[in-house]
Amino acid sequence: MSEQQFFKVIIDNVSIDVPAGTTILEAARKIGGDVAPPAMCFYSKLKGSGGKCRTCLVEVSKGSEKDPRPMPKLVASCRTTVMDGMEVKNITSSKVTDARAGVVEFLLLNHPLDCPICDQAGECHLQDLSYEHGKAGTRYEFQRRTFKKHNLGPYIQLHMTRCILCYRCVYTADQLTNSRSHGVLDRGDHAEIATFIENNLENDFIGNVIDVCPVGALTDKTFRFKNRVWFLKPLDAHRDCPKCTGKVTLWNRGDEVFRVTARKDEWGEVEDWICNECRFDKKKTSDWVIEGPRNISRHSVISQGHYVNTITSQETFEAVNEGRQPKLLFDIHSKSDVNKTGVSLSLIDGPAVSTDFTS
Amino acid sequence: MAVKLLLDKAHIPNIRYYDVYRREGGYTSLEKALTSMTPESILEEVKKSGLRGRGGAGFPTGLKWSFIAKPEGVPRHLVCNADESEPGTFKDRYLMEFLPHLLIEGLVISSFVLGSNATYIYIRGEYAWIPDILEQAISEAKANGWLGKNILGTGFDCEIYVQRGAGAYICGEETALIESLEGKRGNPRIKPPFPAIKGVWDRPTVVNNVETLAAVVPIIRIGGEEYARIGVGRSSGTKLMSACGNINKPGVYEIDMTISVEEFIYSDEFCGGIANGKRLKACIPGGSSVPILPANLLLKTAKGETRYMNYESLSDGGFATGSMMGSGGFIVLDEDQCIVKHTFTLARFYRHESCGQCSPCREGTGWMEKILKNIDTGKGKMSDIDLLWDIQSKIEGNTICPLGDAAAWPVAAAIRHFRDEFEWHVKNPTTCLTKNYGIAHYADEIHVPVIA
Repeated sequence: MSEQQFFKVIIDNVSIDVPAGTTILEAARKIGGDVAPPAMCFYSKLKGSGGKCRTCLVEVSKGSEKDPRPMPKLVASCRTTVMDGMEVKNITSSKVTDARAGVVEFLLLNHPLDCPICDQAGECHLQDLSYEHGKAGTRYEFQRRTFKKHNLGPYIQLHMTRCILCYRCVYTADQLTNSRSHGVLDRGDHAEIATFIENNLENDFIGNVIDVCPVGALTDKTFRFKNRVWFLKPLDAHRDCPKCTGKVTLWNRGDEVFRVTARKDEWGEVEDWICNECRFDKKKTSDWVIEGPRNISRHSVISQGHYVNTITSQETFEAVNEGRQPKLLFDIHSKSDVNKTGVSLSLIDGPAVSTDFTS
Repeated sequence: MAVKLLLDKAHIPNIRYYDVYRREGGYTSLEKALTSMTPESILEEVKKSGLRGRGGAGFPTGLKWSFIAKPEGVPRHLVCNADESEPGTFKDRYLMEFLPHLLIEGLVISSFVLGSNATYIYIRGEYAWIPDILEQAISEAKANGWLGKNILGTGFDCEIYVQRGAGAYICGEETALIESLEGKRGNPRIKPPFPAIKGVWDRPTVVNNVETLAAVVPIIRIGGEEYARIGVGRSSGTKLMSACGNINKPGVYEIDMTISVEEFIYSDEFCGGIANGKRLKACIPGGSSVPILPANLLLKTAKGETRYMNYESLSDGGFATGSMMGSGGFIVLDEDQCIVKHTFTLARFYRHESCGQCSPCREGTGWMEKILKNIDTGKGKMSDIDLLWDIQSKIEGNTICPLGDAAAWPVAAAIRHFRDEFEWHVKNPTTCLTKNYGIAHYADEIHVPVIA
């Protein structure tokens, strides 16, 4: 084997050396920050993914040292490999920001914007993308498209209207399971994710499609309408699992485990795939060995309320009250209809409704 | 009388069958190629001929063939793209239906050049009766030793298989065709790698149009240099045009690329003029995805020169005042045709045929169709026209395959050249349902400033 060849690329005026064969997107992610183009369909752990959503378009202003001609069109950075001496413009190019705003508009054209009732809200890549690269209004004046509902079994909920057809779940099923039973049917704007003919997704690792889905098209049925993700506290935990690594993130409220997901890195990509048993069936804190709180970028809405590295003001009640504790007038739970201590939200069957608290 | 190289024998009864085709001098090019030439010398002839891809893009065929990778021990393939789905184009159907042996002869010669032992014809599903014709021709050729093992004792083996598509326009795009041929969903692949490096089953592959491969036969027969002498400049040889629309004589015509557009439309040898004594309003010279041109810009370029039927002249002026040769689907519109309705029809086609893989094309084509439908039915707004322009500019160039461009160009050209007709539709929401904007000034002489 010859020595690994390194290419020098300049992305948004930042220079970096990367091994030959690296894509522009991966090189930009090494620099990090705003230089990294957004990606809705590319997933570094899934072979063959990328190139479809067109949000990662960049301008190549210089092809390479040998052939300095610029590329005629914007290129998908996730599927274009770097050349030596390549110069790439991402946020420094008005053509790119313009095209990206166009792509965001296209992606949102038929997206229902039901974020207030969507379980993905708060950790949705399309939300982030629209905030960062989209425009406030829409120029679309027509009915958004709808689909016939498909049932994918007891674990996975499909909302086809929210789907942006990134094909990640298709690649996941192809590459993690030995038989794929769902796929993209039909074509064009009426293409949809479905099983043919009506079928449950039952493979041991199929739950990972929930984690790879960039929007709320595939969500966890056992977590459906149970809580908002930003009210939950993510904890790293593990268990001895015969099928997978057992390394997960628990999403807790108090001692209750509301849902289990794989651990995701800063680009929202899964670090270790987990099995269905860990994800859907182990919903007790006692099933898990808790390692500690998971660090989430403090810019994420999930971090709201989880103050990291902040100084809390000192409690002075005791000092001024000659060492006496504050007196509780009554226990709120004995008076209130909600938040009854006897009700474990994560253990009830189906979405929580008011009768769960009152009866 | 113009030179004919492909259709010169098409009028002979039963030329479809081997015996007649052979009697009329068929398979002599193949005999010449395999016995007296090497793959390198044939490639050299094709390069010299200046033959350009007849499927639409017009890429030089010899150059395309020379790109094919030749790794040791990996089979190579030639795929014939017979998925002719472009609205307005039907020249390949004619060739395959009446001269199947010409295609097979061209395929075997080309396979010999590229070293393809298994060659595929991918034919669109709607041509339901043609696979039978082709398969019959293949078995006839095989029975007479022009196909199969050790052809003419040269040691070259070649088999041709006919594969039917399932009715998707997108499968005419070469990488989508390859996916479909492999039995997968016809989604275009992301390039690079190009098919010449990794095509069918990751093997080096060349995908060529039916007409391109058939044109190899006369090139071998008369020689590359002689072929290059026909036509003008970089538009060498002959081209099949499928003329349709409001003309007296629709059909497939072979032209040698030296005639003017005006002659092609009005001459009795070709289209025979506009039907019912109407006047010419507009024309799409190369299949539905190339820009539409109003009569004045079609017959003369913006500089006032006569426009000819060849690659260079038709694209003179770029997209601002020109169009493209494309696949040769010549669609003529007379003064009674409505450009808005016409554009809406095309937009509906592209919305229906988008594969849905990349977002600008999937969402944008549907959006354009809805807006055009509104304008066509008198529900449009003035801002819709600018919106359409903006949508098409966001699609063009930002998609994986050229279908996005093909969907954007007709809309762009219609607005560019016929904006007043769109505005008339918006301003007259009730009249436009019953009346037509008519020919207006679209056939007027263009004012060419005299440059001292």
